[in-house]
Amino acid sequence: MNYIPTTEKEKKEMLKEIGVNDAIDLFQDIDEQLILKEPLKISKKLSEIEVRKKVESLAQKNKTKTSFLGAGCYNHYIPSVVNHIISRSEFYTAYTPYQPEISQGALQSIFEFQTFICKLTGMDVANASMYDGSSALAEAAFMSHNITNKNKILISKTVHPEYKKVVKTYCKMHDLEVVEIDFKNGATDTEKLKNEINDETASVIIQNPNFFGCIENLDEIEKIAHENNSLLITCIVEAISLGLLKAGNADIVVGDGQSFGISPSFGGPAFGFMAAKKEHMRKLPGRIVGQTIDADGNKGFILTLQAREQHIRREKATSNICTNQALMALAGTVYLSMLGKQLKNLAIINNQKTNYAIEKINKLINFEIVFSSPIFNEFVVKCNDSKKIIDELEKNNIIAGLDLEKYYPELKNHLLMCVTETHSKSDIDKLVEVMESIK
Amino acid sequence: MKIIFEKSSSGRKAVELPELDVPMKENSIPESMLRNELDLPEVSEVDVVRHYTALSRKNFGVDNGFYPLGSCTMKYNPKINEDMAVLNGFTQAHPLAPDLNPGCLQLMYELEKDLCEITGMARITLQPAAGSHGELTGVMIIKKYFEVKGEKRTKILIPDSAHGTNPASVTLCSMEAVEIKSNNQGSIDLEDLKKNIDKDVAGLMLTNPNTLGLVDKNILEIAKILHDNGSLFYCDGANLNAVVGISKIADMGFDIVHLNLHKTFSTPHGCGGPGSGPVGVVEKLVDFLPIPLIEKENNEYSLNYNLKNSIGQMRAFFGNFGVMIKAYTYIKALGAEGLRQVAENAVLNANYLMSKLKKHYKLPYDTICKHEFVLSDEGLPNNIITTDIAKRLLDYGFHAPTIYFPLIVHGAIMIEPTETESKQTLDRFADVMIKIKQEAEQNPDRVKNAPSNTPVKRLDAVTAARNPILKWEGKC
Ligand SMILES: Cc1ncc(COP(=O)(O)O)c(C=O)c1O
Repeated sequence: MNYIPTTEKEKKEMLKEIGVNDAIDLFQDIDEQLILKEPLKISKKLSEIEVRKKVESLAQKNKTKTSFLGAGCYNHYIPSVVNHIISRSEFYTAYTPYQPEISQGALQSIFEFQTFICKLTGMDVANASMYDGSSALAEAAFMSHNITNKNKILISKTVHPEYKKVVKTYCKMHDLEVVEIDFKNGATDTEKLKNEINDETASVIIQNPNFFGCIENLDEIEKIAHENNSLLITCIVEAISLGLLKAGNADIVVGDGQSFGISPSFGGPAFGFMAAKKEHMRKLPGRIVGQTIDADGNKGFILTLQAREQHIRREKATSNICTNQALMALAGTVYLSMLGKQLKNLAIINNQKTNYAIEKINKLINFEIVFSSPIFNEFVVKCNDSKKIIDELEKNNIIAGLDLEKYYPELKNHLLMCVTETHSKSDIDKLVEVMESIK
Repeated sequence: MKIIFEKSSSGRKAVELPELDVPMKENSIPESMLRNELDLPEVSEVDVVRHYTALSRKNFGVDNGFYPLGSCTMKYNPKINEDMAVLNGFTQAHPLAPDLNPGCLQLMYELEKDLCEITGMARITLQPAAGSHGELTGVMIIKKYFEVKGEKRTKILIPDSAHGTNPASVTLCSMEAVEIKSNNQGSIDLEDLKKNIDKDVAGLMLTNPNTLGLVDKNILEIAKILHDNGSLFYCDGANLNAVVGISKIADMGFDIVHLNLHKTFSTPHGCGGPGSGPVGVVEKLVDFLPIPLIEKENNEYSLNYNLKNSIGQMRAFFGNFGVMIKAYTYIKALGAEGLRQVAENAVLNANYLMSKLKKHYKLPYDTICKHEFVLSDEGLPNNIITTDIAKRLLDYGFHAPTIYFPLIVHGAIMIEPTETESKQTLDRFADVMIKIKQEAEQNPDRVKNAPSNTPVKRLDAVTAARNPILKWEGKC
């Protein structure tokens, strides 16, 4: 299969117009010794039927089961409308809207996206999307250093461990010191935060709900950060929680939008978002769409504040980001339009079902819900032998959750579990039943 | 057109949530943690569908017509790729359950192997989410490489024709970007390179073929100058489309390369993303790649976190896996033969269009090009400038080329036709460009006031930036 329309006859005519005999003559500028003499060692071409079978056979090797695994990638129901809209090829085959006159569809939907993000986070300005939550958080940490000129980042140990790693990768480049704040009862230990925060602290980073599913005391943390003249960065990984929870009086809010109408897809693509208070507008990375007027005075939308960006400012840009996750942000925009105010009810359903699961699991003899901080839709269960629980549940076609030891050696035999609106009561009852039966 | 928030009608719904099938309990979350308002629109399903369908009709994609946006490789995006990316076995795969998803690991492993073969690199990370994210990864590797060697090198050389992301990526690594001049043939000025090379130079980032659509004739010599100095040679591989299957990046002397799967490997751009920006390295740098890498042993796939000098992790999980599926499907469909035809035909199309247009527009670098070529607006009559040409093209149903980049060409008009366009399309585009040139002579106002048959007229960018309106301020 190839997608080249040119016939041999046309090719000859074109070569004639150019004034060469053969297509390979167009590669004279490459040193002879660099031209491949052998074909690439890549399998030979396939027809569409063959390629479909090949890729399908890979997809079939994956095992799908009832899953209670969340941990930064969630199973939520996706209304059919979402994928229908993002499958419109006027959207998915377009580039970044550089020519606004023929890109109003993309531009207006990004403007709507920015409005959704601002309304959900309580911030004044949002950009058009980031790669994912983790890189958005890393850029926010760097931004806090740019704003405050301070070099220390305090990050709660309850922030998603993969996000923490990315923050550290980025911060290392600027010799920023990243200090982790321990947790107590599943939430950030505010006493320890008070002890660590000092004149050098650019920002305090909190995930809410945190990696353990616990809801942080944002009011108290905000006070500690702001009394010290440090910025507060909150990070939202389970975005459905925004239907119910406040994002806190932060200076920068970042997050991942996978929960807004995007399937897990082995961790990507979804989208990251970033929003901030107005005074930080010109420090934001990435694309931003603004409203303006056209030559006839009619309303329209355009990429704006580009003096922050790499194509204008080059080495002085606020970030290097160029391509973002626009189509996924569109999925989020359509999802939020579909849900609207009902996002709150959806969040409540998630929370109620989770509480139901917690109550049942807590009654089992060999299991214990370890943290009593309020939770949203994830929780930590202590058991005798996490490996065995995972194996036994798997035999019953259930994915138990995440073995926390992978990221927290101190939490051996602790599982992180997640319940969403996709789980029925009988799914939860079955889970509990199998858990109970494990000896 | 109103925005979706303005279409809200109190009490209207688009989705029916499932009834709560567990006993409703009192709220267990303290009041102080709850939000007090949720000002989102209330619309119906048909409202949403009509709204976004209407918006889509104000948007121009490759499926709507010719999109010669230079440096962006706007080739046709095969439909089978889209179908493969939404197979249930993939979309439902959870990244923290790799053992349950060997199909995902195998796909990534095989994609890496094919990309290694295409570039000649030893290993490749698929983690970066876009080209620029790949550049950042690459520069971090360069920085770490010298740290481990115990050398303090702070500078990265970048030609003046480079994409803005190159210097911006260098700054993000707290290194210094030093600009190198291009000569009158569009290549790196070797004298300027030699003047700037010293023991502070960690590397040079070269876009290859470069943003003028040219392969640097001195590439092997540049590699030698760098390597003799102990510096690394980085390839911005965004333009790989011109040489895929013809020549290997590693053979040219590069140590690191990033690729844009959303260019050469046909994955769609989605109004600006998602992309995927894999980074390949030569053997001596494998140890520095982000973790994890995927390994295969006895037909089993596993994750390798054990890289001694790894720069760390660039993003959560494995990258934009869904985009990788599309690139994988594309490579498997084309095979070795098809990939080479891509380069040959992309270069054929670019040279054909260039030879037709250079009779009418100034072509500052008049030589065989690769995937694209760059015209200038110098010498156009009646003060017609590049913007005017670009906007008038919209009236004729084409997307505009990339404009005002690279910066070294006055009023640059950067045209990349790609291999998936037919001779008829190229002829029609050339005819229209020639016609616009005539209009510029005979009816300049027509061109100055273009576009006239698009959903909006020229937009006021100055007002947008001076008085930013970045969200809807109303209440639903
Ligand atoms: C030459 C070149 N380098 C780098 C990039 C950056 O890639 P991305 O937009 O995927 O970050 C681009 C495309 O925008 C490019 O054309």
